[in-house]
Amino acid sequence: MTATTAGTSAPEPSPAPRPPKRRGVELSLLVGAVVICVHGYVAVGLARNGAVPPDAAGYGAGLGVLALLAHLAVRLRAPYADPLLLPIAVLLNGLGLVLIYRLDLETPLDRAAPAQLVWSTSGVALFIVAVIVLRDHRILQRYAYISVTAALALLCAPIFFPAVNGARIWIRMGQLSFQPGEFAKVLLAVFFAAYLAANRGALTHASRLIRRLQLPTGRVLGPIVAVWLVSVGVLVLERDLGTSLLFFGLFVVMLYVATGRIGWIAVGLLLASAGAYAVGSLEPHVHSRVEDWLDPYAGIESGEGPGQLAQSLFAFAAGGMLGTGLGLGHSVLIGFATKSDFILATAGEELGLVGLSAVFLLYGLLVARGLTAGLALRDPFGRLLAVGLSSIVALQVFVIAGGVTGLIPLTGMAMPFLAQGGSSVVTNWVIVALLIRLSHSARMPPPVPVEVGVHAPVTAVRP
Amino acid sequence: MTRCIRHAAVFSLLLLLALLANAARVQVLEASALENNPANRRAAIARYAEPRGDILVDGKPVTGSEDTGEQLRYERTYRDGPLYAPVTGYSSQTYDTSFVEHAQDPVLSGSDPLLAPFPLWGDLSRSRPSAGDVATTVKAAVQQAAYRGLAGRRGAVAAIEPSTGKILALVSSPSYDPQLLSGNGPEVSRAWARLNGADAQPMLNRAIRQTYPPGSAFKIVTAAAALESGVVDDVDAPTHTPEPFLLPGTRTPLPNATKGCEDASLAYAIQWSCNTVMANLGARVGLRNMVATARGFGFNDPGLGIPSGVTASNFDTDMSPDQLALSSIGQFNTTATPLQMAMVAAAVASGGDVRSPYLVERVTRANGDLLAQNGPRAYRQAMTPVTAQRLRELMVRAVEEGTGGNASIAGATVGGKTGTAQHGIDNSGLPYAWFIGWAQAYDAPRPAVALAVVVEDASAVREDISGGGSAAPVARAVMRAALWDS
Repeated sequence: MTATTAGTSAPEPSPAPRPPKRRGVELSLLVGAVVICVHGYVAVGLARNGAVPPDAAGYGAGLGVLALLAHLAVRLRAPYADPLLLPIAVLLNGLGLVLIYRLDLETPLDRAAPAQLVWSTSGVALFIVAVIVLRDHRILQRYAYISVTAALALLCAPIFFPAVNGARIWIRMGQLSFQPGEFAKVLLAVFFAAYLAANRGALTHASRLIRRLQLPTGRVLGPIVAVWLVSVGVLVLERDLGTSLLFFGLFVVMLYVATGRIGWIAVGLLLASAGAYAVGSLEPHVHSRVEDWLDPYAGIESGEGPGQLAQSLFAFAAGGMLGTGLGLGHSVLIGFATKSDFILATAGEELGLVGLSAVFLLYGLLVARGLTAGLALRDPFGRLLAVGLSSIVALQVFVIAGGVTGLIPLTGMAMPFLAQGGSSVVTNWVIVALLIRLSHSARMPPPVPVEVGVHAPVTAVRP
Repeated sequence: MTRCIRHAAVFSLLLLLALLANAARVQVLEASALENNPANRRAAIARYAEPRGDILVDGKPVTGSEDTGEQLRYERTYRDGPLYAPVTGYSSQTYDTSFVEHAQDPVLSGSDPLLAPFPLWGDLSRSRPSAGDVATTVKAAVQQAAYRGLAGRRGAVAAIEPSTGKILALVSSPSYDPQLLSGNGPEVSRAWARLNGADAQPMLNRAIRQTYPPGSAFKIVTAAAALESGVVDDVDAPTHTPEPFLLPGTRTPLPNATKGCEDASLAYAIQWSCNTVMANLGARVGLRNMVATARGFGFNDPGLGIPSGVTASNFDTDMSPDQLALSSIGQFNTTATPLQMAMVAAAVASGGDVRSPYLVERVTRANGDLLAQNGPRAYRQAMTPVTAQRLRELMVRAVEEGTGGNASIAGATVGGKTGTAQHGIDNSGLPYAWFIGWAQAYDAPRPAVALAVVVEDASAVREDISGGGSAAPVARAVMRAALWDS
């Protein structure tokens, strides 16, 4: 967070102070990110076959071109954007491709890396389109109700499709399948930001005036209850604990940031625990996840062999401090979902605690940069959107990483950028595109005042 | 709102710290417990990821490793599996290891810290050194002669080099192919169940893990005790033994299988295997001296290892005089492994000293670097050299003019003692045929081999089972191989 202020020079020069754009920093970081990914790709080949993969140069060139195009889009259309966001996204996405490619070697009949590469390319393309087309994030405010309608439609759609592995969160059309919940979360963040920006006063006001007995008016409370119902509904109908948890967390954080009322967190947690308790005790799929978390080794003791969580913990433990080295672990023992929900176990086993911590810190940096943009922005919608998008990343990382390392009950969710999954990769590129736009607005110097030299009061009014 | 965004940032930071702390817990604090969890297959995968080191006989591997391409990648293969099974044991992905495969497993599996040239670097890089090889003391020709000699009959042969303790042959018959147990599929479980359930007990290592009543072969121990304790001074003097000889304190007469044993000398008694004379001498030597002498040869030692554990041979330490008399001719509770009886013969051949028998000659890295070498080690002193010299002569006489005629070899001095051990309730079981002996080529400075052969052949006619008839020819073939094939 200090890096944003580090660039601003002393505030006294009389010509208009031009904050640095730092596009060169971004470019060199991108080069570094691509080099690290290619290095990982080569390391896998050397470890597994004793030879550099024949397409290593192609992989590097492809990743490089994508990164370069994204960089050009940012340089042209969002020159003041935070220089860390894009390199972090490229590094995580490239690392994810390496890990998936590495796991593909264990499952030659079920290769996921080529599809992931196509999805990553689509994600970057959408990123470029979003950065170029969306000139001002405030335009999104107008589409709040379209967003929420679309989000609800997307969320409900999978109910009409067959369940896959116990969860009804996929839409299948021919060969293609995607998880609408992934797109829905961005749309919901846009809606929340717009709605809360518009109704801040009412929410704050209502809860201040009215005591315990009386609730805020239905008009204000309605959407909140609706969101709660949607979250529980998703949980019940689609058995998707992760998405519910994410929506709840997202909503509570944004509500708190918008109103500053700690009471909303209490209400949110209360409602969340009520929903989670009901579903956790009624719904066997969710119930078994909680049981697994409480005793990951129950299956071993009862002779059924280690469950997925136990296998995941074995993988992390095998990595130890420095890891086994890329390509040399056995996280494939986890079985189903190694490349998606459990991709982090491969990172933990083959890169060790050191590598895993680096990955966590990358996410932490991404979140911190998003929140920094939120702090620097002036319009409430932009601030809330930045906080919302950052929170999506933070919560999602925590929920899935905490799940596979045994910190919290396991929920099926995709590690942003890292995990196999087209909808997830594309959505995360959209999130980064929005954060780029928001950080550009936040860091862009204000329009040059007409009267230069006059001691004008500071224009920014901090709420 | 700024304050709240900062709170959100602090909240995110707390989530991050929780993740980092939890990852450190799993990957560092609980790592070793998780790695040692029996349900964690990684240890097994690592163990079988590289070809296993080889066990060598005469410098040539009798084992191999086959790349199966499965998760547990390399499986053990055996050349002449049944022949060498009592030496190598098995190395199974399902049933672990036995014998040399077990005793030298750290080297053969590559986990022995000695194998890593730079241990600290190995720990850091988590690299696993190539497995090492284990060279045995076994001589292929001797082993083959013994296996062929037994020809599938139940029995065992143990042959050692008396001056060093090197085990030249260790054969158990009938045998099995350890390769049947190498893998981890259902065939392996079936083979395991079949081998363990078979009447013939093919997986029993009769040479070191089965004890038999040694019968008359034990008379060498009794003779040593009689000479050492001074009960006999002149081997050719009469021993004042009546015939029939009543077991001390009882009215039970002890029979002889041969004639002319009345008042016979020790020499005659060894030559023709007189029960009465040796029982009488044992009783006169007394329990304490008999136990001490038996112990000197290695009886009653549960700690003997080659390096695999050898079942302790037994000579009771608390017996009535009649029991002692019976024990002195290798009956009652006296039992011995074939290896133990080979050590008795070796003690005579090597002038009274017993060397620790050993099966592993050298341990090397894959590239041949020497890691460990075994050599002769003193084990016990069974008797004085003078006694040993007198016993040598008695044993030579037993072969040249007595019961062991079938073991004589042209061009070599052979000493031996036959035995036909009765067992079972009222001696109803089929007797075991024994031969223990040693051989020295005329031009050699010392005996090249000492051995024990036991044949428990249920299919043979009872009268044919005798040390001289069944066991001596096997011994002859083995000794001949040891004398000139090495």
